[in-house]
Amino acid sequence: MSPLKISWKSIWSKPLSSVLNIILIAFGTGILTILLLASKQISDKLENNSKDIDLVVGAKGSPLQLILSSIYYIDFPTGNIPLKEAQELARSPFVKKAVPLALGDNYNGVRIVGTDSNFVGIYKLKVKEGKFWQSDFETTIGSSIAKNQKLKIGDTFYGAHGLTGSTDIHKTHAYKVAGILTPQGNVTDNLILTNISSVWKMHDHEEKEEHDHDSKHKEKEAPEIQNKEITSLLIQYRSPMSVVMFPRMVNESTNMQAASPAQESTRLFSLIGIGVDTLQWFALIIMFIAAISVFVNLYNSLKERSYDLAIMRTLGASRAKLFLIVITEGIMLTLAGTIIGIALGHLALEFIGSNQESSQARLTGLILLGDEAYLFAAGLAIGIFAAIIPAVQAYRSNISKILSKN
Amino acid sequence: MIALNAVAHNYENGHKIGFKDWQVDDGSQWLLLGASGSGKTTLLHILTGILKPRQGSVVINGTSIYDLSSKHLDQFRGRNIGIIFQRPHLIKSLTIKENLVMAQSFANLPTNLNRVQEVLASLGIADKKDAYPSELSQGQLQRVSIARAVINRPTLLIADEPTSSLDDKNAAAVLELLIDQSGINQATLIVATHDKRVKDAFTNTYELS
Repeated sequence: MSPLKISWKSIWSKPLSSVLNIILIAFGTGILTILLLASKQISDKLENNSKDIDLVVGAKGSPLQLILSSIYYIDFPTGNIPLKEAQELARSPFVKKAVPLALGDNYNGVRIVGTDSNFVGIYKLKVKEGKFWQSDFETTIGSSIAKNQKLKIGDTFYGAHGLTGSTDIHKTHAYKVAGILTPQGNVTDNLILTNISSVWKMHDHEEKEEHDHDSKHKEKEAPEIQNKEITSLLIQYRSPMSVVMFPRMVNESTNMQAASPAQESTRLFSLIGIGVDTLQWFALIIMFIAAISVFVNLYNSLKERSYDLAIMRTLGASRAKLFLIVITEGIMLTLAGTIIGIALGHLALEFIGSNQESSQARLTGLILLGDEAYLFAAGLAIGIFAAIIPAVQAYRSNISKILSKN
Repeated sequence: MIALNAVAHNYENGHKIGFKDWQVDDGSQWLLLGASGSGKTTLLHILTGILKPRQGSVVINGTSIYDLSSKHLDQFRGRNIGIIFQRPHLIKSLTIKENLVMAQSFANLPTNLNRVQEVLASLGIADKKDAYPSELSQGQLQRVSIARAVINRPTLLIADEPTSSLDDKNAAAVLELLIDQSGINQATLIVATHDKRVKDAFTNTYELS
């Protein structure tokens, strides 16, 4: 009969308080697990999606909004910029690669992005089936879309105006699936790519139709048709020198703004970070309460058990063995709580992820992080912390005194 | 053989108590008599290595037990001394069998289920081995505590007021079992009591004044 088994049976002899302790620890660990997984995934996504893009140029407005719409495809674009000016910037000696983006339509909530072949280069895309888009209304779709929307090569679909919702459908032209991308692990898994002129033509036609019964509207939109516009321009620098010069040039000498994905992502993450910090403290407080609860549990049971422990001594158990029995009990409780908490955290995050509407930032609970080892270590530490005083008391107890009290 | 040489102890309140020297031959059966408060429990604790006396020595089978380290003393006690308390005090979270196996393992002896079965059978409670202490009657529990005391075939079996909380019938039965078991296991028996009912069964008496 090992000390391990004695501790184990002792835990099971008072199931209610043991379960309460395990639940408390599991709750704290669960929250920490969710925070760990979610913040890791969010920061990974932020980094992954903007990896090779140094700057985004778009219409004036919030730089964060520009980054969110052009890098992460979550917010609305800030507006449009004239194609002519964008092309001038693209030819600048500071720029190595420039990718034009034309947003504005969606298919079942998936954004349709008009762009050119530089987009393929900057994101290092590869096709799994079919080919990249070439002629108008041909599309290459991300791997997740092929799966979620059940689209395959040769399928056709209609885009809808706006970034979400499918009330205003462009029935005049149908898009055709020409290729499916290999999974990239970034935002392109959830995009429909086509050329810019498809996006223009989609709207050209509509404007003409609308013009028939709404001349006022036509006048307002007219310049957009004549002077082509795009949403934004993704830029890769030629040299580190450009970092200093180029954004200032754009912001000061043009009507457009330049925003750095790295800077804005950091800003965004620090905003999320406040919430993460709060929750982290909350979880730590729960863990602390759990530790005290385990301590009180062990300490009280030690009072009841002091006679038991004295008897064990008379049966030949050494002081060290009693110490071990008590501390093992604490560690078992907290480790059980930690393991259950980590498992619950993963399950909860997977559940949250599967209920998320935005497919761009979907979270999953099905990954294991090296950092979770720290949670184990923390569980162990709490067990030792909560059990050390009772264990030392068991070690130092005067059995003659306990036995003669009877 | 057990020898008590010039043992004296100080209580925490300063009260001093001295004990007459005592030689106990192997296999003999002794009664330790004394009124409440005369130091019976103190002497028993000193004899069993639980309480180190201020002076004097206790030698059991040639080992002066208070010269051993704390760990070795615990182990020596586990192997050589079986103790029966006034109340049974079994570990509530363990079954009867597990309580006995625990006594084997604490004495660093291998688990021997045959021995457990044998001891329980000799005390007439073999059918209770998978029960928990809370499921047994007081008389049955006292038998289990005897079983626990003799499981490792100790050379010395010590009982502290084993009958005082029992009625006449059970007291007689327990006393008989103690004498039987000390015979079966060839253990020296010392029974401490102030219970007059027990006196007649013993010829050797050590009296505290």
